Amino acid sequence: MTAMRYLPHTPEDIAAMLEAVEIESLEGLFAHIPENCRRKEALKIPEYLTEWELNDHMDTLAGSMAVSPEYKIFMGAGSYEHHTPSAVSFLLGRSEFVTAYTPYQPEVSQGTLQAIYEYQTLTSRLLGMEVANASQWDGASALAEAMLMAIRISRKKAVAVSSAIHPLYRRVLETYFEPTDFEIRELSYLSDGTTDLSPLKDMDDLGAVAVQSPNFLGCMENLGDIAQTLEGQKVLLVVCFSEPLAYGLYKSPGQCGADIACGEGQSLGIPRLFGGPALGMFATKMKYVRNMPGRLVGETVDLEGKRGHVLTLSTREQHIRREKATSNICTNNSLCALAAVMYMATLGGSGFKKLAQLNYDKTEYLKNALARAGFKLPFRQATFNEFVVKFPTGFKKTYRRLLKKKIIAGLPLVGFYPELKDHYLLCVTETITKADMDALIQEIEK
Amino acid sequence: MKDTAGTTGLIFNEPLLWEKGKKGRTAFSLPRRDVKEHPVDENLKGNGPDFPDLSEVDIVRHYIRLSQWNFSVDSGMYPLGSCTMKYNPKTNERQASQPGFALAHPLLPESLSQGVLKLMSEMERYLTEITGMDATTLQPAAGAQGELTGMLLFYAYHKSKAKPRSKILVPDTAHGTNPASASLCGYRPVLVKSNERGVLSPQAVDEAMDEDVAGIMVTNPNTLGLFEENIKAVADIVHAAGGLVYCDGANMNAVMGIVNMGDLGVDVLHLNLHKTFSSPHGGGGPGSGPVCVRKPLEPFLPVPRVVNKNGKYALSENFPDSIGKVHAFYGNVGVMIRAYSYILSMGPEGLKKASQLAVLNAAYIKENLKGTFHLPYNRPCMHECVFSDKLQEPYRVTTLDMVKRLMDYGFHPPTIYFPLVVPGAIMIEPTETESKEDIDLFIESMKAIAREAQENPELLHAAPQKTKRRRLDETSAARKPRLSG
Amino acid sequence: MKELNELNFPDDVRYAESHEWARSDGDRVKVGISDYAQDQLGDIVFIELPEVGDTLDKGEEFGTVESVKAVSELYLPVAGEVVAINDTLEDAPEKVNNSPYGDGWMIEIKAENPSEMDDLLGNDAYLATLKG
Repeated sequence: MTAMRYLPHTPEDIAAMLEAVEIESLEGLFAHIPENCRRKEALKIPEYLTEWELNDHMDTLAGSMAVSPEYKIFMGAGSYEHHTPSAVSFLLGRSEFVTAYTPYQPEVSQGTLQAIYEYQTLTSRLLGMEVANASQWDGASALAEAMLMAIRISRKKAVAVSSAIHPLYRRVLETYFEPTDFEIRELSYLSDGTTDLSPLKDMDDLGAVAVQSPNFLGCMENLGDIAQTLEGQKVLLVVCFSEPLAYGLYKSPGQCGADIACGEGQSLGIPRLFGGPALGMFATKMKYVRNMPGRLVGETVDLEGKRGHVLTLSTREQHIRREKATSNICTNNSLCALAAVMYMATLGGSGFKKLAQLNYDKTEYLKNALARAGFKLPFRQATFNEFVVKFPTGFKKTYRRLLKKKIIAGLPLVGFYPELKDHYLLCVTETITKADMDALIQEIEK
Repeated sequence: MKDTAGTTGLIFNEPLLWEKGKKGRTAFSLPRRDVKEHPVDENLKGNGPDFPDLSEVDIVRHYIRLSQWNFSVDSGMYPLGSCTMKYNPKTNERQASQPGFALAHPLLPESLSQGVLKLMSEMERYLTEITGMDATTLQPAAGAQGELTGMLLFYAYHKSKAKPRSKILVPDTAHGTNPASASLCGYRPVLVKSNERGVLSPQAVDEAMDEDVAGIMVTNPNTLGLFEENIKAVADIVHAAGGLVYCDGANMNAVMGIVNMGDLGVDVLHLNLHKTFSSPHGGGGPGSGPVCVRKPLEPFLPVPRVVNKNGKYALSENFPDSIGKVHAFYGNVGVMIRAYSYILSMGPEGLKKASQLAVLNAAYIKENLKGTFHLPYNRPCMHECVFSDKLQEPYRVTTLDMVKRLMDYGFHPPTIYFPLVVPGAIMIEPTETESKEDIDLFIESMKAIAREAQENPELLHAAPQKTKRRRLDETSAARKPRLSG
Repeated sequence: MKELNELNFPDDVRYAESHEWARSDGDRVKVGISDYAQDQLGDIVFIELPEVGDTLDKGEEFGTVESVKAVSELYLPVAGEVVAINDTLEDAPEKVNNSPYGDGWMIEIKAENPSEMDDLLGNDAYLATLKG
């Protein structure tokens, strides 16, 4: 093999080092491994590519993907397109953030630690909660961890989960619950697109109730009603989300009485990247903090009395508590949390509010235009930047025709909700123009 | 000794975000409004979050300054045992930031996402080949989630045999995520002690193994940097009682192209793409924890799986025995892209060479430091070696003191106080991307610190001195937590 | 960490091998951890205690004590019902470090079998277990 740019050892280096360890050859380093454990043939993977061949290969793969601006994609459903400021991309490229390790040695990690402390702070302010952790893997695993946490706190074994929560989050929750004896009771959704709370009055053994707001059908849930229903009982209210920008416009989960707020933060400056890496945001009340999973950064001082930051309350975690830990999480999604706080800081309070209003207004424009054009909007509830349209029977053909014109007219819901045939979930963010929306309707009507 | 790697220099103070800025400043270019404002339901309307308002200059200075307070692989060597802090290739970043990947929605129609589906399919194939197993899932978002997936696979397998089991064997050298992941599946971890050679003995496993044990979680090479020489015998014992063998593949960097994990009797193995396969650590993630299995476990893998129908790739849920999903979508595709690029850049010879040189670097360090620090297991090591602070005890200098001083010399501390079987453990993993010069400088620095331990222990108790912050008060941080501002 | 001869092992309490101490006063028994245990743990940051009214067996786990880097379970030296807990430890866990036998007491129980105190170790016997 020719010299490789990530392997600095020259033949002279190798010879000198082998001499120092008194071994004949590189193969000799493995001589102590039993013969029957050793691999005989070479790895059957492709011959190495030069940097230039790799670029060509990856460009071809990337070039086959349908993305904006070539395609107009009216889809959200847990993955959203928002404009990322160049400043954020630039700063995220700083290799002191990218190639750093977990900040277990705080003296040389103050950059990461202060940034994540700031992330925890802005996240708790956004969600209206008292404390947020340093991130989970995604909205789905965050929900699963939230339910396990609620079960630990309440010491009950059943949880009620709205069927209007993202279907893929619910599937992950089911997978996590499979080996346990915990029970998931599904709450169905009503004709207005919100969760049916009536079964709750007959359930007196619940540990938690989980809803999503805005929910998967785009609708804002009546969180105040739910909080009232649960008042006085030891049942935790878990509010999850997939589009946190909504809280720039609407009341936060904390303002509505949530005990745990968790969900997906990909919207906040993280590229879609076909679904991952994402950002599990997780926040709760201070009284539950010792039961919360995930890393936490706290403020302290050093020997000289100067303010600094450290990982803290580590005894909850796997490296100390082992089998009794609040979670098994080790590596989380720190760099994604960094992207999110950079994005939140870049928008600022004023910008965040304005951007949320703009998303809402563009979505309302499309909703009204579709209604005027005679299409049905089955759910009357307030929405943010997603909503459901019931297109006429046989819309599949139109949908395919639009695909050829490089327009993706929403997400068909029948795959997730068999009763919602011809229903499509559409999403409009600030990246869609009025002209795009007018063109969509024009093309549909053709 | 010539110049140490670490020195002092001017860096900047920087306040917290909300201690800066002024209301009305902005760093964001608001997109042009082309629709009118619409009224919002008053009952639901909020006031927006209490974020500071900053200018773009504020933001850029803030994060540039913060970044300068961090040690990183791009600044210097990180000999962290079991973390494999190898160099993160920059071409990987170029690939992952291609708009075709970065902007791709995960629920695109399959015909419009062939590029990523192909990449995932090939990635599965390469990892299957590199580990010598039969099938791979890329879905777990980190190593610990890979371990959880492995335990869920164990659970599903035993359930399918109508023989649910309640215990799992965990060696005393295991990483904390092993028993934590097992507990999440309802398994009670049973400790198995390693022998005097630092590895698992067949007798100890035999004593602990019975029909109520779902299997064993091994790490190979183990956390002492030693090859588990009895692994085949251990696997036979576990299999004979109907159990399964899980291997924590965090240390895969020692054996690529050299050992076939499948041949060792391993049934389920997880990998860490952010360790062995060069994806950056990001200050604590994102990582990726693919899981490779032998054929009997394949039906239980998470869905959807990428399938190939006459050259067209598709996502299939047609696996009725699947454990379900651990990730909302398909796993950390952005991390997979980097690891895939790395595998293609190295090729079969490059990966094998990487493992050989990783082991050479560790063996060289072990040879050079073994007089200076206590070496609990004086045997051939693999890609990492473990010392302890026993020789420095007479001077009342601990492992902690010594590694804090190492920062002043310009190196990140190695892994400390792990594995638990070695009190005062110092676990050193240089990786193959460190040059001989940097390794020699590391060795010299460690020797200098050992001399300081003898001649000037107070210096070590007060270390580090050159960093932006000195030792921090972790006690107060835990007693009176301040977790947001 | 201190040498054994720098630590205190008063004779007005009995000791468990798992480093808890018990001091009886009629059928009431106060429980805490020894000077050796607090020294080994380092700065204590949090103590998790049971609730008043809980009834526990001899040897049963009654709580945990945490330092920054470690957690230890606490085991009840004699069986009984919890009648009092030292809730000042919530805001001042350092009392366990500073006064492990005094202000750092953890729980008080109504002993089911006061004779179980005799099964515990005297200070010399406990010190012997630490040396061995």
